[in-house]
Amino acid sequence: MNILKTYKIYIGGAFPRTESGRYYPITDSKGNTLANVCLSSRKDVRNAVVAARKAFGGWSEKTAFNRGQILYRIAEMLDGRKAQFIDELVLQGISKSKAEKEVQQSVDRLVYYAGWADKYQQIASSVNPVSSSHFNFSALEPMGVIGVIAPQENSLLGLISSVIPAICGGNTVVVAASENHPLCAVTFAEVLHSSDVPGGVVNILTGKIAELAPALAGHMDINALVSSGLGELQRTLALSCVENLKRNFSYSNSDQQGLNFITDLQEVKTTWHPIESIGGATSSY
Amino acid sequence: MIKSFDPHSMLSKISVDKVGVEERVARFQTRSIKNESKLQGLKMVLNMIDLTTLEGKDTPGKVQQMCYKAQHLHDVEPGLPTVAAVCVYPSMVGVAKKALGNSNVKIASVSTAFPSGQSTRDIKISDTQFAVDQGADEIDMVISRGKFLAGEYAFVFDEIAAIKEACGKARLKVILETGELSTLDNVRLASDIAIHAGADFIKTSTGKIQPAATMQVTYTMLMAIKDHYDRTGIMVGMKPAGGISTSKLALHNLVMVKEVLGNAWLSNEWFRFGASSLANDVLMQIMKSTTGLYQSSDYFSID
Repeated sequence: MNILKTYKIYIGGAFPRTESGRYYPITDSKGNTLANVCLSSRKDVRNAVVAARKAFGGWSEKTAFNRGQILYRIAEMLDGRKAQFIDELVLQGISKSKAEKEVQQSVDRLVYYAGWADKYQQIASSVNPVSSSHFNFSALEPMGVIGVIAPQENSLLGLISSVIPAICGGNTVVVAASENHPLCAVTFAEVLHSSDVPGGVVNILTGKIAELAPALAGHMDINALVSSGLGELQRTLALSCVENLKRNFSYSNSDQQGLNFITDLQEVKTTWHPIESIGGATSSY
Repeated sequence: MIKSFDPHSMLSKISVDKVGVEERVARFQTRSIKNESKLQGLKMVLNMIDLTTLEGKDTPGKVQQMCYKAQHLHDVEPGLPTVAAVCVYPSMVGVAKKALGNSNVKIASVSTAFPSGQSTRDIKISDTQFAVDQGADEIDMVISRGKFLAGEYAFVFDEIAAIKEACGKARLKVILETGELSTLDNVRLASDIAIHAGADFIKTSTGKIQPAATMQVTYTMLMAIKDHYDRTGIMVGMKPAGGISTSKLALHNLVMVKEVLGNAWLSNEWFRFGASSLANDVLMQIMKSTTGLYQSSDYFSID
């Protein structure tokens, strides 16, 4: 017997149904129903942000090396469930060879960011020359809770490319998955769940972008918003972001990888540390 | 005059139907309070809070900061009430008195070797007198749970009556520490003893023991107050304390008070919340109602 899977959402390390009790059907290219998924509400956003904020302290204080290990662990778990992801991508209407390529790229991307986890700090931090007796240095700190509106296409690779650089840098995220292709996002939550990622670090909601995106953009406890390809909606979101001076990133190359996806979601903290003199031949530093 | 313990008047062994209590409590949680009534409810909650700091690491600075917060909950939003009182250790009453000046925020002081209550009666009485002399308007005493559980009800009764006398004009809140009393039957009996011995308020917990103010326990104590009122016409106040940290839970408690005791108890003269983090959650809910945006604790004072 063919049993349709029920896809739930992922909040605080648990898989609840949406508090609204609403669902919407996902269909394949021929119009056959594949599954019902949660039609999340702004209250689910609220709950997810609370979970993400709670998880932020512990996650940001883990050592960079440990975060790298955990990201690598996600890659391993994803690699082990390749077949399921390929099946889901094919069900949602892309060719087998493209699906295989997308899943392989997703694993590679995780390994890529796992490697960066304890290296981006050295690249992007600096010691600054100043005209007084101070040791002056700039170091990166994670922004906090990041709202992510995952790309609508490349539902797995796009999700991973926008979520992983955020958590690589010690942030926690609330992500609205691809509206019409959300299956991989929920399955990816199961991968996260079995990968030593603490509950609340990544929270995944499914539903209408038009409903979830404004709730993310207007939330005072979200520190940055990441999106791509939203067209007109992006302008409205940008206006909402002003309310708490939320950083607002809209990427046109959201399926790419790069150091900037990590550092965009970091704040720079500069410290002035009083000393005698630095860098001169007579300096004891 | 110190009252004397009369077991026949109160040890009628009222037994509490635990399943019934749970069902009734579950029903209070289904009431839907929206929009304008929710906003009014939230403001009422603020006005019923005893803003509390009871830690070994309390300093005059911490108490002064809390006293300021008690009068200026969130100045961004006009028209908010103050809290009902601040609740501190006896050694901090003088500091709070100075910091609060002429404001209408009351000063509550814990006493009687809070939180364990493991001391002699003389020390408990002088502890109370010290707090009153320093300017406390209200005294939050703890009962001797060890004696209560050993069945020495007369000891517990006499102790409450003695502290009541030491309070003078200060109102007395009696903390039952329900988390250590095990059963709802014990909670009911301890409530009856406290009420008969002269408590102006009965209070669930110190906040140091879990579980604290569950709705089942608060309901049981409200019923004790109701029965006493029905019999004598004398009102006794109620203060759930510990574990009430969300607006939703606070509103459920208000619903319960209204439906069990009626409107007369819906003021801070007869109902209080003992809490430290509840105020900020309520403020965030109020700001959510007025701005339409979910709030962040970054924009509210630290408590």
